[in-house]
Amino acid sequence: MNQNLNLWVIPLLPLVGAAINGFFGRRFKNAVVSTVALLFTAASFVWALRAVWMAWPGSGISLPYIESHGTWITAGTFSAPFGFYLDQLSMVMVLVVTGVGFLIHLYSVGYMAHEGGYYRFFSYLNLFMFFMLTLVLANNYLLMFVGWEGVGLASYLLIGFYFLRDSAADAGKKAFIVNRIGDFGFLIGMFLIIKQFGTLNYDGVFGKIAGGHYSPELGWGVFTIIGLCLLFGACGKSAQVPLYVWLPDAMEGPTPVSALIHAATMVTAGVYMLARSHAIFNLAPHALEVVAVIGCVTAIFAATMGMAQTDIKRVLAYSTVSQLGYMVLACGVAAYAAGIFHLMTHAFFKALLFLGAGSVIHAIGGEQDMRRMGGLRKKIPVTFWVMTVATFAIAGFPPLAGFFSKDEILGATFTSPHGGHLLWAIGVITAGLTSFYMFRLWFMTFFGEYKPGVVDVGEEAHAAAAPAHAAHTAASPSHGHADDHAHGHGGVHESPWVMLLPLVILAIQSFTGGWVGVPKFMGGHNQMSAFLSPVLESPGNVGAERLAAGENGTLPEKEAEQEREEWLLATTSVVAAALGLFFAWLLYYKRRDLPDRITAKMHGIYTIVLHKYYIDEGYGAIIVKPLLALSTVVFWRGVDQGIIDGLVNGAGSASKGIGGELRRMQSGNIRSYAAWVAVGGAAVIAFMVWLGVSK
Amino acid sequence: MVPLSWYLILSAILFSLGVFGFLLKRNIITIFMSIELMLNAVNLSFVAFAKYWHANPMKLPSGAEVVPLSGQVFVFFVMVVAAAEAAVGLAIIISVFRTRETLNVDQVNLLKL
Repeated sequence: MNQNLNLWVIPLLPLVGAAINGFFGRRFKNAVVSTVALLFTAASFVWALRAVWMAWPGSGISLPYIESHGTWITAGTFSAPFGFYLDQLSMVMVLVVTGVGFLIHLYSVGYMAHEGGYYRFFSYLNLFMFFMLTLVLANNYLLMFVGWEGVGLASYLLIGFYFLRDSAADAGKKAFIVNRIGDFGFLIGMFLIIKQFGTLNYDGVFGKIAGGHYSPELGWGVFTIIGLCLLFGACGKSAQVPLYVWLPDAMEGPTPVSALIHAATMVTAGVYMLARSHAIFNLAPHALEVVAVIGCVTAIFAATMGMAQTDIKRVLAYSTVSQLGYMVLACGVAAYAAGIFHLMTHAFFKALLFLGAGSVIHAIGGEQDMRRMGGLRKKIPVTFWVMTVATFAIAGFPPLAGFFSKDEILGATFTSPHGGHLLWAIGVITAGLTSFYMFRLWFMTFFGEYKPGVVDVGEEAHAAAAPAHAAHTAASPSHGHADDHAHGHGGVHESPWVMLLPLVILAIQSFTGGWVGVPKFMGGHNQMSAFLSPVLESPGNVGAERLAAGENGTLPEKEAEQEREEWLLATTSVVAAALGLFFAWLLYYKRRDLPDRITAKMHGIYTIVLHKYYIDEGYGAIIVKPLLALSTVVFWRGVDQGIIDGLVNGAGSASKGIGGELRRMQSGNIRSYAAWVAVGGAAVIAFMVWLGVSK
Repeated sequence: MVPLSWYLILSAILFSLGVFGFLLKRNIITIFMSIELMLNAVNLSFVAFAKYWHANPMKLPSGAEVVPLSGQVFVFFVMVVAAAEAAVGLAIIISVFRTRETLNVDQVNLLKL
């Protein structure tokens, strides 16, 4: 039995919503716009639920379920179809995207209520959903790339939503351009896949690999190159070192956008792509090593940068980069299921954190600097409680979602043949740092005293820390971050229910979302890993193998030893998180004078971290400036103005000059015309005589 | 009998006189006369050739003789055309003279850029 799931409906519904709002939304009332947007997103979610329900393993539909809607491109033996693909991996993704996406749409109704361009916002948001669903449901790399580029476009449009602000427009361009650099790698990877396999269809590529024609590469072969190219693409989209720089700036967009695109869904596309391509990576151990190292470096690097930020959204942005690093690390140690698990839980708690931060910003009238917050615990209790759940979840305290997924990644890093103890140690340190900066945010925002309008020396530091903000800050002394709310706020107030409802739902998910992946040694069954294992089988997927081994009852001693080891690992990461909590409590609650003294003492390091290691400046000096100079001098002045314009203008002025000379022939003097005729006739005769003579 | 070359030499001299007259004279009537001279120089060579071929008929490979009359016929055509051209040309000359009151071609140069 093979029922038709009509997967194409899932992405199409948001597209219809985007079209309706985009073309006609200008004339609609806000209520109509939000109804349309919510309706189509909800319908998409329902349809996705239906498809997953019908295709649930054991329901009769064989997975992966593939449906094709005609051919898109044909070139020789290569062809790319319009096809959709549903397996366990895309089930998780499609539910996360539509589910979290719908909640964030709902939240946006409240958050954006007083903004201009309301219809535009929802149109873009729906457009984003369309492309993201195309990305996760495509059955070949090329269609995935369409979604990949499309979410980049939607991201660009939404980052630059407040396009009147230069910093927002610049951030949008930065995101787009940096993503393009990564896309270049993805494209090269796709070309190599076509060269190697002759197709871009998942079933074709992975079928050939599963056919056992290839064995893992010992050296640096074509699979390693493909893997590295795909990784480069993932680095762009998922904000990994060295292409992470666009994500913190992307916080210029409205907060729901940061939650949906730059935390929960789009930035995980790179991780999804790595997991989807796991068959290729399994053949390329060297590429896997590079993936693991990049993920690990990104995780700790971003975590340290997050510690010194004072803008609440930027802290979360660096936290996102860091958590994405975890997911990439999981892929790098061939624990793809753990990576996807963390992707899912991260989507819950990071969306919650961003939306909660948005609620805080909303409550205090558009302020984003944490130093001007404080004591909000009593004033916005619901927001406080959901933020508390999210903070504990991301910090990795049991039994919240983040603990299980992070622990699975760290455990896999420690035990996997592709992992290593060094990577694990860095991961644990990062977990501690994560806990520290998240509780720093928590204490600074919700505890202590509310101090609105405190303009301290920090104003300068803030401007320096966020160069993009500087112009804006100078332009509006009230620091009213047009980002948020231009309407007058009568004091601190809790957000409307339409914003709180998604927060509460996400909080429940952040709390319980990890329970689908409770590891074996804690008495769970790790359903998540088992669910994903048919798709994401890997030689290093220790969890699944161990699960199987445990059920068969073999090797009991080894099993017990592993169990002890896993308890130890889990305890270590919880201890790290607790240490982070302790230091944050000490520095930002108990002894509030300490941070200033510490930063004064470690001024050099602090300045470097505050300026994000001068990476942006470094890229500017090493890449952007030389490229700009090269383009200006060589390509613009030289090639474009010199050669191309020179050729065109030269052709013009040459014909003008020749015409000017030839004009003299048109003297109007009849006798000179006659002379020309005579000369011509003489020439013809001379030629004929010559012909006759030479014969 | 006068050989063909003499006719041709005379024709060439007449034609050259026509050419140089055309090029060097400024009076449009004289130029017109030079044109007639050239035409008639050509006519002369046509007639000369026609007479020559009449006297020395050419044999085709099939054995049939060719008795060309086309030279003579061409002359009539040329004369007809020359007459028509004279009519048109003189009409143009008259209208030019009426508007510009000169027959000097150097002063009739409105066509220049």
